[in-house]
Amino acid sequence: MSTRTAEIPTAAAPAAVEVHDVHKWYGAHRVLDGIDLTVRPGEVTVVLGPSGSGKSTLLRVINHLEKPEVGYVSVNGELIGVKRQGERLKELSERAILAQRSRIGFVFQNFNLFPHLTVLDNVAAAPVATGKLTKPEAQELARELLGRVGLADRTGAYPRQLSGGQQQRVAIARALALRPGVILFDEPTSALDPELVGEVLAVIKDLATSGTTLVIVTHEIGFAREVADRVVFIDGGRIVEQGPPSEVLDHPKHERTRDFLSRVL
Amino acid sequence: MSESPGIAVSSGSAPPAEAIPRPVVPAEPKPLAAQRVLPLRRPGRWITTAVVLVVVAQITHGLVTNPFYQWDRFRYWFLRPTILDGLAITLEVTAFSAVLGLLGGILIALGRLSANPVLRAVTWFYTWLFRSVPLVVLLVFLYNFSALYKTLSLGVPFGPAFFTFDESKLATDMAVAVVGLSLNEAAYASEVVRGGILSVDQGQHEAAAALGLPKGYQFTRIVFPQALRSITPNYVNQLIGLIKATSLVFYVSLLDVFGTVQMMGSTYPGDIVPLLLVATVWYLILTSAVSVVQFYVERYFARGATRTLPPTPLQKLRAGLGELRARARREAVV
Repeated sequence: MSTRTAEIPTAAAPAAVEVHDVHKWYGAHRVLDGIDLTVRPGEVTVVLGPSGSGKSTLLRVINHLEKPEVGYVSVNGELIGVKRQGERLKELSERAILAQRSRIGFVFQNFNLFPHLTVLDNVAAAPVATGKLTKPEAQELARELLGRVGLADRTGAYPRQLSGGQQQRVAIARALALRPGVILFDEPTSALDPELVGEVLAVIKDLATSGTTLVIVTHEIGFAREVADRVVFIDGGRIVEQGPPSEVLDHPKHERTRDFLSRVL
Repeated sequence: MSESPGIAVSSGSAPPAEAIPRPVVPAEPKPLAAQRVLPLRRPGRWITTAVVLVVVAQITHGLVTNPFYQWDRFRYWFLRPTILDGLAITLEVTAFSAVLGLLGGILIALGRLSANPVLRAVTWFYTWLFRSVPLVVLLVFLYNFSALYKTLSLGVPFGPAFFTFDESKLATDMAVAVVGLSLNEAAYASEVVRGGILSVDQGQHEAAAALGLPKGYQFTRIVFPQALRSITPNYVNQLIGLIKATSLVFYVSLLDVFGTVQMMGSTYPGDIVPLLLVATVWYLILTSAVSVVQFYVERYFARGATRTLPPTPLQKLRAGLGELRARARREAVV
């Protein structure tokens, strides 16, 4: 993995994702407590942590499904959900935020495919609706992407007629259809039967080796070791430690990381 | 089944097996797994069926033979042009109020679900008001409205008016009826629509937002089509209520099917019962037509929600016949 990251000119290009001192509360409950994170272009970052540690919230803050109370996020050098006005940050219009989201892929734990649309329409809808492609172009792209995730023969099916693993692969194709700069995965295999996990991880691995920037929240430690350039361990809304998988997974410095790994491995 | 197989064993108070003629017991019975399971006898079900059938037969007999109903007069009135004119009014009022009521209901539901507190309060107030006022009161009130307000103008309050309508010209009886029913219908329809929208999984909203779909597209193409699945049965309920509620337009001197029946009944007092039957049967026909449409609309919106669509009556009939034929064939083999 280190050979691939070495090719990337880190000095000039902006970070793919930059999370700057993000705090987030739900009522009195503090979910994120000052997160700083930089993801370089093409890098695969795996976020680990016990449940309730804020991993999913962090991911949802990156594409502004959740608004941070303090701090900001930028993706490919562009502030998300806000713009700079003098020395202040000002909230963006909903339309502008939606346009930003169309450049960030998001894959949900529960797939959230549109059940009333066919597999092909699920993938082709967003590029047409956001005005990026015409309908025939979008359908051609959708067929190509569905072929890439191994579902070329299921284009006419409705999501509920597919297995969980197939649904998640459609959801990945749907995210890819917008040609996003970054793709965020929120526990993509947690809702799957054990024998279906492998087919989804294989698709994500394929993306990882093709140089797409990925941020993946997962509990699959083996998978993290295999694809991650960097592993980030979060607990209590803070980053406890981060580094290459060989460090964080095999020689964790912190007690909490060791404790967590001993329970999930 | 520890007894020797194939031999009928009588026990307790049951009559001895020899008393009932039985087919000859085959010498070598089939293994248990190869035999069909004997269906459970349900005597209670047969008794209930018999009682219900007798009651139904009695009622039908009464309906057909009781001279009180005067079926010959019913036949005379059923397709009279004056009745059909009334039916046309009923259909017209229903159609306009159903469309306007649903559109209004969707707008009010969106207001109720809006992030804007003023919009939420105003739409809540609307629903509260028009669900509280009885429809008859509303209709009669609107009927007298033109007497209260001579002109209706659209413009800045206390300021200049952009449009001014002479209300005595605007408010035909039809308009009063449609406005009254639509205002009432919109209040109820808004709750039906709101319930439908709330029934759509939150994950759908999130997925649509995460893909950056434009706001209008999110509602019209993602959320609303899914909401329609639960809106349809409730709205049809509402629609059937509306069809019957049109009988109240009699109060704004509009002659719908019921109004016509009332009028004819006062002219021909002897025919009041057959006339009421005429109205009843027409209402039955209208609601039946709506129910048939409902089935196909629901089936359409079930796409993707169920793995296989429910069969149409024709498909059910074919499947039933096929099943009967298959059973006959099995029986023939056994």
